[in-house]
Amino acid sequence: MHVGVQWFVSVSAILFGIGLYGVFTRRSPLILLLSVEIMLNACNLALISFSRYLGQQSGQVFALVVMAVAASEVVVGLGIVVAVARRKGDLDVDRLTGLRH
Amino acid sequence: MTYDILFVVASVVAISAALMVVLSGNPFISSLSLIANLIALATFYILLQSDFLAAAQVIVYAGAVMIMFLFVTAYLGGRADEPTRQRPWWQTLAALVAAAGIAAEIVFGVERESFLHGPVVSDAFGAPQAIAASFLGRYLLAFEGTSVLLLIAAVGGVVLATRRPAPRGADEPGAFEVEQPVRVQSLQSSVMQRETEFEIVRSGTGADEKDEG
Repeated sequence: MHVGVQWFVSVSAILFGIGLYGVFTRRSPLILLLSVEIMLNACNLALISFSRYLGQQSGQVFALVVMAVAASEVVVGLGIVVAVARRKGDLDVDRLTGLRH
Repeated sequence: MTYDILFVVASVVAISAALMVVLSGNPFISSLSLIANLIALATFYILLQSDFLAAAQVIVYAGAVMIMFLFVTAYLGGRADEPTRQRPWWQTLAALVAAAGIAAEIVFGVERESFLHGPVVSDAFGAPQAIAASFLGRYLLAFEGTSVLLLIAAVGGVVLATRRPAPRGADEPGAFEVEQPVRVQSLQSSVMQRETEFEIVRSGTGADEKDEG
């Protein structure tokens, strides 16, 4: 067995599916953010696999940009989670409908 | 051969840790499992000769980002737990179908393709020098945009985390209406309350008596 790029991309697809399942089923916003992190990292793995396969740097540069975007998203997301937890007692994404009405 | 063993171990760790993140009910276990997942991904990056990205992954993700997650989980305490409500069965089914569908689609689509081995690259492929040359050369605009994005995120995080909820008037509706849970009064407490609701008759205060005396 030789580990080619398709193995890495397969693992990345499985990880993306697991993260998608978490986003769809969990209700705690913290776990939701963690699942989104899994999905972003799966995308990073696919980018870096193809970067290695094509022998070009572009994929790695793009993966670094994705990392920065993910860090920003975590900062703002956790800030919102803390602010909502201060105002409302419980954290349940199904009940946060204040902006809908 | 070592390459294959490392790949298998890293993929087993990555997938099982991701499953732990999604399925565990304890947010601390979820966060710690995500750290394991990120370190397994860093192993993948090393296998793909992207050394700088592996280092950045461990420092930025497994270090900074996950520490922030753990701090927030500890700050929230019990409120970070999963709300225990029954979710409809079709939601779980739909999530399973969507997740398995997208994973199977990509896996079969990639397996069908006969990728040849990647080109042999030099050791300087994923080195910091090469990344820096790309970032400060061809992708300078993306680099500057990323720095602006990080600045905005830092300012936004400080604003969101330090601002107290503004005091509101009684008749002023808030952006986040607090739903008070309906208190169900037991029969006993309502009877007790009714019994103690007798009229209190005061027969003069102490001040009056002093004046009279």
